[in-house]
Amino acid sequence: MPELQHAALGAPDAAVAGSAAPRAAVTLLAAARLVLQRDLTLAFRRRAQLVQPLAFFVIVTMLFPLAISPELARLREVAAGVLWVAALLASLLALEFLFRDDAHDGTLEQYVLSGQPLTALMFAKTAAHWLLTGLPLAVMAPLAALSLGAPPAALPGIVVSLVIGTIALSLIGSIGAALTLGIRRSGVLLALLTLPLSLPVLIFGARASELAILGDPIVAPLELLGALAVLGITLAPLASAAAVRISLE
Amino acid sequence: MSDPCLQAENLHLWRGERHVLRGVSFALSRGVCLHVAGANGAGKTSLLRTACGLLPAESGRLSWDGRDVQEDLAGFQGALIYIGHEPPLKADLSALENLRYWIGMRRRVSPAALASALQRVSAAAWSERPARTLSAGQKRRVALAALSLALVPLWLLDEPTTNLDGEGQQLVGALIEEQLARGGMVLAATHQELPLAPARVRRLELRLA
Repeated sequence: MPELQHAALGAPDAAVAGSAAPRAAVTLLAAARLVLQRDLTLAFRRRAQLVQPLAFFVIVTMLFPLAISPELARLREVAAGVLWVAALLASLLALEFLFRDDAHDGTLEQYVLSGQPLTALMFAKTAAHWLLTGLPLAVMAPLAALSLGAPPAALPGIVVSLVIGTIALSLIGSIGAALTLGIRRSGVLLALLTLPLSLPVLIFGARASELAILGDPIVAPLELLGALAVLGITLAPLASAAAVRISLE
Repeated sequence: MSDPCLQAENLHLWRGERHVLRGVSFALSRGVCLHVAGANGAGKTSLLRTACGLLPAESGRLSWDGRDVQEDLAGFQGALIYIGHEPPLKADLSALENLRYWIGMRRRVSPAALASALQRVSAAAWSERPARTLSAGQKRRVALAALSLALVPLWLLDEPTTNLDGEGQQLVGALIEEQLARGGMVLAATHQELPLAPARVRRLELRLA
């Protein structure tokens, strides 16, 4: 009888061991792509959330000419600053949604338990967030910049600086969003945590845009922005993965 | 009897000032279901969350196949599926999409396998509906479909029969039987009796702190 029992358990053993093979077939890249695809699908089912930061950015940059003066020469002086402050606040506005819904419905828990490295999944989530908020901001920027009196020749420089800068902002923001997951009304705390870390991005980004408007070379501040983005890419997913794990405890 | 696969020795867990798990030990071998029972607040959910590595225990040892789970946490977690009080479904995705993204992270699943798993839990008729329009019992059925698709040796189930009708509860029993017959393991926390033949069920009673 013991032998029989052993045989009965032996076969399923193999079946369970065999089940490890198809699981290994999901590569890290495939899993990250699923996360990205899922977030993009969800965002397009919930367009209001998608439009909100973008509308904020457009409204703020459109209000400045009304409030300061319609004179393009005067607007041009503040254009870079206005664009970047509006972009920073708009990306902050969108950050609250980065992990909140996933934390509520248990998706984050399943990400942690998926057996895939959480760091890579966090990177994919942040990438989706940037595609949905940062990239549209950079695409809208020429319109806003023109209405603030920037010369057309400056537009490529402004767009490039915003593309790189919003990557850094999304990554820095992901740390703050993950750290404030356990808190009920996290908006203010999230801003307090994220804004100081975002200041270098604001400074170099605004400088790059200003130089572009003046027609000067913008390589130096762009390189610094790029360095910040690379720093974010290497460190932010690690930090947000750690913060998400803690929030689930 | 084969060697225990999942083994917990003297787990202690504190939640703030509360000492939730006071030296819990259990051993789970292949083909066995462990029924975790206990009053409300006795720490059933905490035990399940500790057993899957979401909650780190303050002291004690949790080992999988004889090795401490902390050595290869991702490998251990890839070998288990945990379903909590609320099935982890996205309200804006359909039942089918939810399953595809959830299980797709763990293993490749064909659309046919997804469809047959949904058929098995009688979900075929509403598998295209967004999860927010589903009843609690229907969501629970989607989670049951995920169980049968995941093909992992260890299932951790928190109140697997809540919100289910009589037929759904029988289905939980049948799925657990299949998992045990495959040589899998089940750790289920529930107040009710599991719809299973008692021979394969061990009981772990948690006392209120």
